Amino acid sequence: MSTGPAPVPAAPEPAGPTRPSGKGRRAGAWIGLLTALLGFAIAVQVKSTESRSALPTARQEDLVRILDDLSAREERLRREIADLQATRGQLTTGAAGADAALKETRRLTEQLGVLAGTVPATGPGVVITLTERGKQLSADTVLDAVEELRGAGAEAIQIGGQGGAVRVGTSTYFLDGDRGIVVDGTLLRGPYRIVAIGDAATLAAALAIPGGVVNTVEQASATAAIDQRRKVTISTLRPLQPPQYARPVS
Amino acid sequence: MIAALALVVGIVLGLVLEPSVPPPLQPYLPIAVVAALDAVFGGIRARLDGIFDDKVFVVSFVSNVLIAALIVFLGDKLGVGGQLSTGVVVVLGIRIFGNAAAIRRHLFRA
Repeated sequence: MSTGPAPVPAAPEPAGPTRPSGKGRRAGAWIGLLTALLGFAIAVQVKSTESRSALPTARQEDLVRILDDLSAREERLRREIADLQATRGQLTTGAAGADAALKETRRLTEQLGVLAGTVPATGPGVVITLTERGKQLSADTVLDAVEELRGAGAEAIQIGGQGGAVRVGTSTYFLDGDRGIVVDGTLLRGPYRIVAIGDAATLAAALAIPGGVVNTVEQASATAAIDQRRKVTISTLRPLQPPQYARPVS
Repeated sequence: MIAALALVVGIVLGLVLEPSVPPPLQPYLPIAVVAALDAVFGGIRARLDGIFDDKVFVVSFVSNVLIAALIVFLGDKLGVGGQLSTGVVVVLGIRIFGNAAAIRRHLFRA
């Protein structure tokens, strides 16, 4: 197609609005249809170009490069995930370990507290009531009773009477006092009430053996009533005295 | 006049309906559009030159579109689709510019 000015043919057709024939009208319809199609296609293409990512029209080499990039990135992220998972694993096991240690320590503290008398305790046991009749009981007799309970496996012992109650610990002492006995500095008067936690039957049997505590008490003109219970509670506490000389070996 | 009106109607229709291009047609539509544009500019130039012919316009429009699509199709099959598409666009672009220059000379005498 030459771009120069084309020779204009002697156009006999007057440039008028009158279309000469049906044929011309049909051709006009075709032109309209085609240009409408063109406009439609332009709009559609523009829309789809705007809304679509560049991937479907990208060259193969570009796609390969993009794929390579994505693969490298995926690899990197996978390594990162593995690292983070390892860290998380370490942290959880560490936390679990610390948790378990803490739990164990707490359990130990409670057990030691029961033995040392620094925490209240409850469980099956016996309640022994020593009632004096006239003569007062000696500290020896009461100490015997406590020792007997210890020997029979009592895990926590409390001795009470008029004047208060004392939790019996490793350093507890018994002294004869003025119309009573002094336990750890507290003057108690009868009737005494000893509460011991342990196997109730064993404790009761240990106290009731011939020549045992019950006999001794009765010889001292007092009565001993042993009451086995499924549940007794010892709420009296001992103050904890830090050791003055002994140090734990670390 | 009809053509300009139809073009506007077509654009509006395309914007309103927002159809999606079927995937098999996606590589051909842009080339077909450029080819059709070439035909339209040729038609305008012929109109201004006074040698416009309905039949010639319709035939050149359709054949332009078909040939452009065919070239792209062949290029895709031969593995040079991208390059051939670029070539077709360049050639059609040159023709459009040539026609546009002729139209400009007619309209502005410059």
